[in-house]
Amino acid sequence: MAKKTKKLMKKGKRLDGRKPDEIRPIKIKAGYTKRADGSAYLEWGGNKVAASVHGPRTCYPQHERSPYKARIKYKYKLAPFSVDERTHPAPSRRDKEISKVSAEALEEVVFTQYFPETTIDIYTTILQAAAGTRVAALSAASVALADAGIPMKDLVTACAAGKIEGKVVLDLDQDEDQMGQADLPIAYIPHSDEITLMQMDGDLTTEEYKEALDLAVDGCMQVYEEQKNALKDKYKHLEEDNTGKNTEEDKK
Amino acid sequence: MTDDLIWDVKKDRVLRELKKGKRLDGREKKEEREIEITPNYIDRAEGSAMVKLGDTRVVAGVKIGTGTPYPDSPEEGTLMTSIELSPVSSPGFETGPPREKTVELSRVIDRGIRESEMVDMEELCIEPGEKVYNVFIDIFPLDHDGNLIDASAIAAVNALKNTKLPVYDKEEEKLNREEHAGPLPTQDTPVAKTFSKLGDEVVLDPQIDEEKAQDARLTIYVNKKDNVCASQKGGTGAFKREEINKLIEEAVEKAPETRKKIEENS
Repeated sequence: MAKKTKKLMKKGKRLDGRKPDEIRPIKIKAGYTKRADGSAYLEWGGNKVAASVHGPRTCYPQHERSPYKARIKYKYKLAPFSVDERTHPAPSRRDKEISKVSAEALEEVVFTQYFPETTIDIYTTILQAAAGTRVAALSAASVALADAGIPMKDLVTACAAGKIEGKVVLDLDQDEDQMGQADLPIAYIPHSDEITLMQMDGDLTTEEYKEALDLAVDGCMQVYEEQKNALKDKYKHLEEDNTGKNTEEDKK
Repeated sequence: MTDDLIWDVKKDRVLRELKKGKRLDGREKKEEREIEITPNYIDRAEGSAMVKLGDTRVVAGVKIGTGTPYPDSPEEGTLMTSIELSPVSSPGFETGPPREKTVELSRVIDRGIRESEMVDMEELCIEPGEKVYNVFIDIFPLDHDGNLIDASAIAAVNALKNTKLPVYDKEEEKLNREEHAGPLPTQDTPVAKTFSKLGDEVVLDPQIDEEKAQDARLTIYVNKKDNVCASQKGGTGAFKREEINKLIEEAVEKAPETRKKIEENS
C-alpha cells in the first residue's frame, strides 16, 4: 500500500479519536428517491452514498434472462466530483470489479427464484468518497432492496477492517486507508453468520487476518443495527397514524 | 443454452462424487494439478512464460514502455495487468470489450503482484515526474480447463522474473530494445491459491467441471513472508469464517512449493 507516513495512532486512539474497534458515525435513510421502487441514502464518516433499486422488472438484453430466477445487477459508481482528481464518468476497471463482487454478495439473500425472467437493478453512486466506499454502497443497497419490498432472507451488511501501524483496526478513514498496511472489506449475513464479499490487499499474517475478519464482522453488526433502524424509521409514522385512528374508532 | 444444460448435468455428477470424497479426475480435495512452466516463451516480449496447470494453458507476456508517472507517485514506474478471455481457449468466451468477469480476473491477478510489492517501482523511474518505465503484463489463456487465476498468476510472476529492461535512450527519447539495462528489479514471488466451494465441500485448484458447479470461490495470494497480500471471494455463494481461516492456513502451507517452482524456472 501507499508509502506516505504520518502518525495514525496516539495513546491507543486514532487521529479522529476513535478506539481501534469503533466505526465512524453512520446515518441511513430508507426511501430517499421517489421514483425508485426502493432507495436509501447513507452517510458514513465522510462518505455520502445514494442507492436505488428498480425491479423486479423485465430483463434486457434478452439473453441475460433466466427462466429460473431474477438476475441481480449492481452498479457501483464513483461520481466524478466525489474524489480529489475528477474521475471519468465511464465505469473504470475498479468500478466494474466492485459491481461484480457486490452483486454476488447480495444474491445469496434474495429469493431470486420468485421472479424468473426479470432483473433486479441496483444502482449505487458515491457522491462523496472517504474510504470504505464499497461497503458503504453495499450497506445502502441492502436497505434499498428491503425498501423495495424484495423478499430476502436477511439484510446484507458490510464493513471493512484494516491494519495501521501494525495494529488491526475497524473501518479505516481516508488517511488510514492511504497510509495503512492492509484493508479487508467484507459483506456479511448476520442470520446465517456467513461472508458473501471478501477482498483484501496489503500485508496480514494469518493471525492478523483472523483478527481483522472477526473485527470486520463486529463492524457489520453495528451497521446492521443502523440498517434496521432506517427501515423501521420509514414506517414509524404509519404506526403512529394507525394507533391514532384506532383509538378514535375505539371511542365510538 | 445447450452449454448450460450440460453443465447442470455435470454439476450433479461432480457433487455426487464429491460427497463420496472423490473428484472426477481422481485428485484429493486439496491436491493441485501438476504445474509446468516454460519461461521466455515469446522471443519478442521483454519477459514471458507459458504455464500448464493440468490441461489449463496460459501465456503471459511482459512488454515495457515509457510514459509519464501518475501525479501521486512521480518517482515510481507503473504496472498494469490485463487478461484477454478469447474464444480461442473456451466456447464460453466471446469477443468484444472486457466484461466484469474479465476485469475481475485481471484485477485479482494484478492485486497480488502489486500488494506483494514484487516489482520495485521506484527502480523504474527514469526522470522524476517526467519519465518512468511502464510494465504491461498481458495474459492470454490458450486452454481453459479451470482455475485461470492461479495459472495466470504463475505465468505473470514467472514472466516478470525473466523480464529484461530495455535501455532508455535519452537523446532519441525512446527505448532501445537491442540493449538491456538489466533484469526487471523484483523482490518477491507472490503465489495465488484458489479454492472452490461446492455445497459443503471445498476443493483446491478447481478443474472446469468443478468451477462451473461451484457456489463460491476464494483466492488467497501469499507473499514470501508467508503472509496474505491479497484475497478475493467470488461467486454468489457464501463462506463461513472458520472455512476462510482454514483455507488461509492451507494456502500459506501450499504456497512455498509453487514459489520454488516459479523461481527454479525463471
